[in-house]
Amino acid sequence: MNQFQYVRPAETSGAIKSVALDANAHFLAGGTNLVDLMKMGIVTPERLVDINNLPLKKIENIQGHLRIGALVTNTQVAENKFVKENFPLLSMAINAGASPQLRNMATTGGNLLQRTRCPYFFDTTMPCNKRVPGSGCGALEGYNRMHAIFGASDKCIAVNPSDMNVALTALNAFVHVSGPKAARTIPFADFHRLPGDHPEQDTTLQKNELITSIDIPTAPFSKNVHYLKVRDRSSYAFALVSAAVALHIENNTIKDVRLAMGGVAHKPWRLTATETFLKGKTVSEDTFKQAAQIAMEGAKAYEHNKFKLKLAPNTLIQALKTASGLTV
Amino acid sequence: MKKDAIGDSLSRVDGRLKVTGGAKYSGEFKITGLTYGVLVPATITNGTIASIDTKVAERAPGVIKVITYLNAAKVPGYQPNESKPASKGLKLFNDNKIYFNQQPIALVIADTFERATYAASLVTATYQKEPFKTNFQKNIDNSVVPQGGNYKDYIRGEADAYKNAPVKIEQAYLLPSEMHNPMELHVTTAFWNADGKLTVFTKSQGVISSQKALANAFKIEQSTVQINSRFVGGAFGSSLRTWPHEIAAAQAAKMINRPVRLTLTREQMFTLVGYRPQTIQKMGIGATPDGQLIGITHESHSQSAVYEEFTERSVNVSRFLYASPNANTRYKVVPLHVGVPAPMRGPGEATGAFALECALDELAYALNMDPIALRLKNYADADPEKNLPWSSKYLRECYQKGADKIGWEKRSSKPGTNREGDWLVGYGIGCGAFGAYRNKAQAYIKLLADGSVNIKSATSDIGPGTGTSMVLIAADILGIPAEKITFDLGDSSLPEAPTQGGSATVSSVGSAVHDVCLALKKKLNTLTGKPENNEDLDYVKILKQQNLPFIELTQGSEGTDEAKKYSMYSFSAHFVEVHVHALTGAWRIKKVVAVVDAGKIVNNKTASSQMIGGAVGGIGMAMTEEAIIDDRFGRLVNGNFADYHVPVNADIPQIEAIFINKPDMHINPLGTKGIGEISLIGVAPAIANAVYNATGKRIRELPITPDKLI
Ligand SMILES: Cc1cc2nc3c(=O)[nH]c(=O)nc-3n(C[C@H](O)[C@H](O)[C@H](O)COP(=O)(O)OP(=O)(O)OC[C@H]3O[C@@H](n4cnc5c(N)ncnc54)[C@H](O)[C@@H]3O)c2cc1C
Repeated sequence: MNQFQYVRPAETSGAIKSVALDANAHFLAGGTNLVDLMKMGIVTPERLVDINNLPLKKIENIQGHLRIGALVTNTQVAENKFVKENFPLLSMAINAGASPQLRNMATTGGNLLQRTRCPYFFDTTMPCNKRVPGSGCGALEGYNRMHAIFGASDKCIAVNPSDMNVALTALNAFVHVSGPKAARTIPFADFHRLPGDHPEQDTTLQKNELITSIDIPTAPFSKNVHYLKVRDRSSYAFALVSAAVALHIENNTIKDVRLAMGGVAHKPWRLTATETFLKGKTVSEDTFKQAAQIAMEGAKAYEHNKFKLKLAPNTLIQALKTASGLTV
Repeated sequence: MKKDAIGDSLSRVDGRLKVTGGAKYSGEFKITGLTYGVLVPATITNGTIASIDTKVAERAPGVIKVITYLNAAKVPGYQPNESKPASKGLKLFNDNKIYFNQQPIALVIADTFERATYAASLVTATYQKEPFKTNFQKNIDNSVVPQGGNYKDYIRGEADAYKNAPVKIEQAYLLPSEMHNPMELHVTTAFWNADGKLTVFTKSQGVISSQKALANAFKIEQSTVQINSRFVGGAFGSSLRTWPHEIAAAQAAKMINRPVRLTLTREQMFTLVGYRPQTIQKMGIGATPDGQLIGITHESHSQSAVYEEFTERSVNVSRFLYASPNANTRYKVVPLHVGVPAPMRGPGEATGAFALECALDELAYALNMDPIALRLKNYADADPEKNLPWSSKYLRECYQKGADKIGWEKRSSKPGTNREGDWLVGYGIGCGAFGAYRNKAQAYIKLLADGSVNIKSATSDIGPGTGTSMVLIAADILGIPAEKITFDLGDSSLPEAPTQGGSATVSSVGSAVHDVCLALKKKLNTLTGKPENNEDLDYVKILKQQNLPFIELTQGSEGTDEAKKYSMYSFSAHFVEVHVHALTGAWRIKKVVAVVDAGKIVNNKTASSQMIGGAVGGIGMAMTEEAIIDDRFGRLVNGNFADYHVPVNADIPQIEAIFINKPDMHINPLGTKGIGEISLIGVAPAIANAVYNATGKRIRELPITPDKLI
């Protein structure tokens, strides 16, 4: 780890000013991702702006809208009563991630910005366009079992590792950010990027912008929801594939539906065409199978992740079955 | 006055120290003037160092010395470059040759660990790269018959007789490399006294063998090396030998004339201290239509290193576990540009049992026969390999007890037909055997005036609770309460004992403790003029009467000729119930029952813990563990605890250990056999067989991850 300056401002504006002072400055929240990356020499900040003193630690209920401050920990969100009752999908997704110890430290803002777990990104002796633009993609013809089947480019086939993000994209969340310029709000679907020619950019967040909170609009998804994560061991492993399903069912008819998948793309993967297909349909296993087929349109696998072409639709079917009560 | 203490359940005598932080491990000794060493790994896989730049690192804060092959003091025991490096081992900082990726090229010593870590990141090198081989399967054709040991082809009856059998199975089974990864990192703290004496705190399974290895390296008298390793936070075989970095720590301490503590990082634990080698095993098994075995052929290719040969007994189990008139085995190794493997719990026997027990299961389905019935039909009543009677064998009882406990009758003979909702349910059995060894050992005993007893032997405790078992044995023989007895180990100045490995500690050291206790009683009886075998001894009274502050003596103990007359093994049968999700391939192991014929059990509690630990290791072997190298670079892509998956608590079900607990008096006076390895041998095939029973999918490549089950 290199030597760096460390500051801990108390005001949001101060934090933004402080981070702008250095070209190579980073915000530090829970540190569960950033500190690891620093230890491995992947991120070498000149300055760390610790934001843990900023007043961004509240979960608020604004007329049914849920607002989660950027510094609320993953555990606090997952255990929050209002969240559990109104947005159980979010609780489930968060609890499917990492370990209790990590979730106690990890923050909402930090989780949104956690970097990929691609092994080539993590090893500074190997090529990685995300870490060193232009150095090549180690995974493309290397070990790519964990990698993307949707939306990848020949520059990068990494996936976004977050579970929370999958639920947030399904729930149509918004990200509030402040920066040197005016504060702005980014719809969740536009927050994370596909790799294209610039895999070094994970998100559309601009330099020196600070995430202040996340909003989740009111939605009728309190009952028929499920987050299903398939992984190599029962906990403490990143998703091979995950599926977030939120259904609004009346009289066995799907009135409204939101679907997203994790472990399949550079961003949490929203399944809008599949949602359109399911809307108005009657709950049945056959319908879910057809939906899963639609969800897989455009999927492309690499040497070691071909299984995802089957695991992804299967996971979606199972999540739909569980959410709709077809299986317990 | 003998007391029936053997067979009790005694909690660990050092348990309190361990859970309160009172137990000091080799990285926890604060020595005046202590410095910290961090190794710098090579970034190429084969070739030579062309240049190495340590200047920036040397100028970094707190740095005391940067050691490379250019400035290292010669280790006297290291000969100049041998033309054939094989079987000679790696010599750190002896020359500029690189044999595998992450091989250390420098050792940075600083005043704190953090500063040494940072400075290590500043060392740079250029290399002369050469082509390399790391892909095991692609290099099978480069396999060789091992130079060392006896690995000749074995033939009983006719070779490949299975080929002409009416019913036969011919399959290959692949094991990936698996890392030991004990919780405690490998740490060595070394310093030299003014009188030339070397003291080393290190993670060791054998303080005497460590002492010998370091004495050899530095060409000094064995007695001038002191090894301390009282507490070891797990090892699983990774501390059976003295590693090059342990010698480097002593070398560095000598160069800077200060104590050096060299700590491997978790990542370095994946490259520098061995692993279970990748192995491909071809099995051929043939039988008559009613299940009588005709022939077994077991052929194994195993990964080794170009700079040092590694072998293990993976094929041997197929020679004797079942009564087949014909059996033959072949064993070869594939030298690669990788770090050298090391025996990992259950070692080759666990690898071999995976292939044999899966193939036998396949045969059972081909015969439409119950897997237990098939095993009973081919039960070996004597050792068909050595042509000797077993010293004891209760595998039949193991089958029976295990089948009862797991609920074998619930097993469907048609795979994929037993369902609970979306989950497929299956049952499997896997058996194993491991040699019951006994080695030479010594023990010292001291009886004090207050009736307390101290016993010492230079054995180790890497986790099984050795000291606790020794206390029970002494309590049993002496007829005094366990609380009055202490046992010292992990110190090379104590009476000589073998390395803790091969499940032989209780058999070897326990026998020495048994014998020294008997010798003490005899001595007291002689003193008081009683018959030798008098059991009516009041220790406090005798010492008082004799006006002695204490009595001490040392006694050696070793195996007898019985080992030539009998074939000696521990046996196990593992039973598993597994559930697999039909759509997602997610798995849940619901229950493991381990039934073991390991002779007399000394301490029921710690023995059960060993069985549970071994089963957990077997679950990792079967379901999650696999080290993966990118062969374009020769580097691991999952050499860390986030990406290399050991099982988590949520993966581990109820594990029940059942002991047959019948003494085998041919091996040692205690009647014990051994459980350390057998606890793992047979677990992986039991799981793989249960997975097949549940899903109809025969997975012959471990680990059985969800993607293989959909
Ligand atoms: C072993 C391991 C296993 C894990 N498993 C999972 C898993 O299964 N599923 C899962 O979803 N996650 C998993 N995680 C990841 C974990 O969820 C993230 O590390 C965590 O959410 C990051 O949050 P943090 O607050 O610690 O972020 P930090 O490490 O503090 O920061 C991460 C990044 O976000 C930036 N940042 C933080 N807050 C802000 C803000 N308010 N505004 C702007 N920038 C900000 C930082 O500058 C940094 O670049 C795992 C992590 C580990 C180490």
